[in-house]
Amino acid sequence: MRGMSGKTLYDKIWDAHLVSEQEGESILYIDLHLIHEVTTPQAFAGLRANRRKVRRPDRTLAVADHNIPTEGQGLGVSAVADEEARLQLATLERNVADHGIEFFPMGDIRNGIVHVVGPEQGRTQPGMTIVCGDSHTSTHGAFGALAHGIGTSEVEHVLATQTLRQKKAKNMRVVIEGTPAPGVGAKDFALAVIGEIGTAGGTGYVIEYAGEAVRALSMEGRMTLCNLTIEGGARAGLVAPDETTFDYLRGRPSAPKGGAWDIALASWKTLFSDPDAVFDREVRIDASAIAPLVTWGTSPEDVVPVTDAAPSPEAFASPDKRAAVARALEYMGLEAGQPIASARVDVVFIGSCTNSRIEDLRVAADIVRGRTVAPGVRAMVVPGSGLVKAQAEEEGLDEVFRAAGFDWREPGCSMCLGMNPDRLAPGERCASTSNRNFEGRQGRGGRTHLMSPAMAAAAALAGHIADVRDYLR
Amino acid sequence: MKPFTRLDARAAPLPLANIDTDQIIPKQFLKTVEREGLSRGLFYDLRFDDAGQPRPDFVLNRPEYAGAGVLVTGDNFGCGSSREHAPWALMDFGVTCVIAPSFADIFYNNCFQNGLLPVVLKPDEVQDLLGECQGGNHMVSVDLAAQTVTSPSGKVFTFEIDPSRKAKMLQGLDAIGETLTAAPDIDAWEARRALTHPWLERA
Repeated sequence: MRGMSGKTLYDKIWDAHLVSEQEGESILYIDLHLIHEVTTPQAFAGLRANRRKVRRPDRTLAVADHNIPTEGQGLGVSAVADEEARLQLATLERNVADHGIEFFPMGDIRNGIVHVVGPEQGRTQPGMTIVCGDSHTSTHGAFGALAHGIGTSEVEHVLATQTLRQKKAKNMRVVIEGTPAPGVGAKDFALAVIGEIGTAGGTGYVIEYAGEAVRALSMEGRMTLCNLTIEGGARAGLVAPDETTFDYLRGRPSAPKGGAWDIALASWKTLFSDPDAVFDREVRIDASAIAPLVTWGTSPEDVVPVTDAAPSPEAFASPDKRAAVARALEYMGLEAGQPIASARVDVVFIGSCTNSRIEDLRVAADIVRGRTVAPGVRAMVVPGSGLVKAQAEEEGLDEVFRAAGFDWREPGCSMCLGMNPDRLAPGERCASTSNRNFEGRQGRGGRTHLMSPAMAAAAALAGHIADVRDYLR
Repeated sequence: MKPFTRLDARAAPLPLANIDTDQIIPKQFLKTVEREGLSRGLFYDLRFDDAGQPRPDFVLNRPEYAGAGVLVTGDNFGCGSSREHAPWALMDFGVTCVIAPSFADIFYNNCFQNGLLPVVLKPDEVQDLLGECQGGNHMVSVDLAAQTVTSPSGKVFTFEIDPSRKAKMLQGLDAIGETLTAAPDIDAWEARRALTHPWLERA
């Protein structure tokens, strides 16, 4: 079908990593394997049971992020109160030691959320294939790397073979043109895309993001956009690397240096979709038409502009959809047609692999500076890594948040998935910068509204979901 | 991996779309270092009330579906997190086949690593099956070799499946062992790559 036409960026990276074909499946080489404590214990146990070793420990990097507490990290793993979490963390420590894998342990300034650490260290580079036992591995696509989540059996497969058996996906391009209004950013772009294509709209595709609004995004913004690709069902998102990418990478600890940098750069500059490349599906979005968005329901596709209202089940044609909307409204404690900005919040969470990088914290701090968190609201900031935390503290952002009444915590996945002690109580409503508003995600019975860091900051000040444009300076 | 050939079992209907992996197995059950024993967390918030008591109306708690080996459900089953604990929990509970109009990509892939068969049928066929399974007879037959599902009333639906995945499921083959037979190709690829991408070789 594609015939003589050019290659997409995905096609190029795929072709460059194809080792061989076997039984109708492709064996794809993996350049970087990121691992963490939750999805690896059974994989290492499998290696041991079969007397297999890790093929490329040097292409593997381990962090502890999913279930670590966000306070008292300096006390070490033995001080983690949750017995099961402690065992899982200790198991990771033993496994990385046994196999000679580089590891940033809890409390190390380089530790943090795996999708913050990889880019920050310069381990994530353009043109790579990157996998991790975590669905938000799509984040790394912001660098023009083919990156996606895998299950634990595949983690074991990559540890043993440094390859993955794959079927090629289809190509989709999402073009975001125009200039966004003040107060609108990458998170809103991502929610707009998911609202447009639906939570399963990207299933079977790799999405390349293009257009002037994407080009204008910082690396942090591109990471947010690619991070949420999986919430639209596509495994991987891509942004072709450009000067923004190269500027971000230059000088990072694991980025190439000296002459090696020049060789790498020449290679990276070939990573773009050819002008005559054919995409199986194309979606166009006008950035200037996007208002700050929030989710009202229990799927990331349940998106409305902050000025709008929760929908009414009757507005939908199919009986299944009507039932699903009614169920989501009931779970969320919202009335059909209720203005979304009238929803009072109990908790505000600024963090997660979606929105915990330095730029996210700067944007939120700009809204918060000199203002106070509304009475009764529990607000917290969880930086994405020890280095993000240190940078924010150097800039005085921690003081801005603390002075307003925010809790300033240590890095980790935290309340995005509530595996550690940070979670919602039943019925609590949370303005969250994370990625999933599923039932029970942040705690059994908890109610999650996804939004940008700026919007979450505004909600903390207002005590209810609020339009960040009323808080811009 | 245990081979999947043919299954004759009760089918439990769960007519909801977008059932995510957080619902299939909530976070508190992910702190294990084992693959076994996860059935206690399967659909935990749907199966149990706030006091930890079984909800009598939830399908898997109803006596007529006891021992269900098949789950029939809605679109985009298994969306969300990559946690393989989701298929592990289903398998541990005794469910070895899930039938839906569509599946989320990572979950679908994870199923094949564990001998759990995900079957995609057309939306109206799934509706048919859901209806029948809510009746008095909920026994279905799933035949992987023939690629058929036979409903309680005897209707036969055929399904598509990737031939290589089907072959591995039928034989219970270990993917790692198979890939390792290509080790010379991997060696050669790595050697070439080291020349073209020298900056990726860490000293």
